[in-house]
Amino acid sequence: MSIDIRNITKRFPGYTALAGISLKVGTGELVALLGPSGCGKTTLLRIIAGLETADAGSIILEDRDTTNLPAREKKVGFVFQHYALFRRLNVFENVAFGLNVLPRSSRPRKKEIRERVLHLLGLVQMEWSIDRYPSQLSGGQRQRVALARALAVNPKVLLLDEPFSALDAKVRLELRRWLRKLHDEIHVTSIFVTHDQEEALELADRIVVINKGRIEQQGTPQEVYDHPANTFVYNFLGNVNVFHGRIRDGKVMVGGHHIEAQEKLNGHEEKTGQAFIRPHEIGVSRIRSSDNDMPGIIRDIRLMGSQIGLELESAGFEHPIEVEIPRETWSNLGLDRGDEVFITLDKVKVFTGDYEI
Amino acid sequence: MPTPVTQEQRNIQKTGKNDPIPVQVLLILLTFAFFASFVFMPLALVFSQALGKGWQLYIDSIREPFAIAALKLTLLTAAIVVPLNAVFGVAAAWAVSKFSFRGKTLLVSLLDLPFAVSPVIAGLIFVLLLGSRTPFGSWLGEHGIRIIFSTPGIVIATLFVTFPFVARELIPLMESQGREEEEAAVTLGAKGWQMFRIVTLPNIRWGLLYGMILCMARSIGEFGAVSVVSGHIRGMTNTVPLHVEILYSEYNYTASFAVASILVFLAIFTIVAKALLEHQIQQRQPAQADLT
Repeated sequence: MSIDIRNITKRFPGYTALAGISLKVGTGELVALLGPSGCGKTTLLRIIAGLETADAGSIILEDRDTTNLPAREKKVGFVFQHYALFRRLNVFENVAFGLNVLPRSSRPRKKEIRERVLHLLGLVQMEWSIDRYPSQLSGGQRQRVALARALAVNPKVLLLDEPFSALDAKVRLELRRWLRKLHDEIHVTSIFVTHDQEEALELADRIVVINKGRIEQQGTPQEVYDHPANTFVYNFLGNVNVFHGRIRDGKVMVGGHHIEAQEKLNGHEEKTGQAFIRPHEIGVSRIRSSDNDMPGIIRDIRLMGSQIGLELESAGFEHPIEVEIPRETWSNLGLDRGDEVFITLDKVKVFTGDYEI
Repeated sequence: MPTPVTQEQRNIQKTGKNDPIPVQVLLILLTFAFFASFVFMPLALVFSQALGKGWQLYIDSIREPFAIAALKLTLLTAAIVVPLNAVFGVAAAWAVSKFSFRGKTLLVSLLDLPFAVSPVIAGLIFVLLLGSRTPFGSWLGEHGIRIIFSTPGIVIATLFVTFPFVARELIPLMESQGREEEEAAVTLGAKGWQMFRIVTLPNIRWGLLYGMILCMARSIGEFGAVSVVSGHIRGMTNTVPLHVEILYSEYNYTASFAVASILVFLAIFTIVAKALLEHQIQQRQPAQADLT
């Protein structure tokens, strides 16, 4: 079941939540809507589900315009941030709910309902909990039951609104991997909303970055992470060093240094611009290997699991430069606080024009 | 897993180690003294007066036709008012807590109006609105419908006075529960009625019952508003509280207190029901999960 979102606009008193968003999601795809809180991503999800109405635009589910259908006729599964399990019903009754409210003519028999519920609970590894009430389950368990409940009615589309954000870090990670596996098994077209870039990068087939009610960029996690379309996406996805400088003759001048940028910078006139580079894209060595290398002094060293974070001070740079190197490189180089090193900024990406300082 | 509160923990909570013993004793004594002088003594007086001239007279006073008619009218009124106000209350609480619309704050403030306005004035409002000298009242009269000085008037006045109980009880409850469960039900294909019956009603049932009990207590005991619209016609439009007042003003103290004791019994019944319900609610409070 494909989803075609056409020019959806939604205004709330005082601000515009969605400023004409168009997006296509293919059958069986798992798409992440990624953006800061308040960017409109949840509103878009609720409009697709019919829990909110759009001011303009339309939602086409598999060639059928469902824009004005009430939520209960959309056949869309929705998973809420805070689970929204029915607190007075036990796990079995929760999962069976969508089947029990079907009109008598299309409702499966009791035995079939039972089989289907048990199958789904098995799928989410919760079959032991049928007699429990939601208050007797942990957050991760509740969310899995909520997922089984949403899947019970064979939804054509599964929508997940920040499904893991209310869970603690370890459970979140576990559930994230588990959801990816589940999606690979059942292949239901899914959209999930998150503000956690790591979650989006790990889980999604495709990431749609949203800011202030507009799509900033969409693409595979790899594309979005490696080739951010603009400064917002660069800033939002992962840690990044930002340098302000001038651009002339294909070179970036930052703090008295000339950096040879990888891509061609058009035009000869001098412009102001921003240069971005991720901490792990910066090369570190003890000796100067090219003219482009810049000297810096290590001011701080942080252990970050498998990576080592360095904070460098370099003449002409206002802010310290963040560098990440593998543990091995660190111990091979024998780096310590106060040491002088040379860094390579070859992989810097430059934005000019609209983003003038 | 629910964590049961042990007897020991309860004792610790109840001892209140921080307050010195004299303060505790003083406060407890004060409470008892107040209770004895303002609640227990008057109640005891009701019964001693009622039984002052023997059981026979007590039973005769209660079995007197006018007293029985008054009791019937009071119970009939409560039987109409409580279900109606339960429906109105749920509707109002639903509107306030699950939707956002213009004038919501105003609506919430207006909900308290029946509590703020003196019941006598509430009664007068309906006389001025529906009395036989008003255009609407006379039009109704021409069609043979009598509201003021008749049972419908009593029901309407009682409805007005007791309206806030259910809504007031439910609004905070429903607001704290949010609307996610209802939204989940809708996305799962539930129709409005199914959603209400399977999801909403079970979530609010104890609060609803509690509000209905308060509503019943008030509708049985209401005097002011009913007094204005009733017309005090014995055997016709006299409720129990009005009947007590009439007997009293006729210096028929024994009969007056005997009938009053019926109200006391009804009140005790209500209090017991309320206490049982509170006990139930405590038992059923969702267990705190320690796995989260």
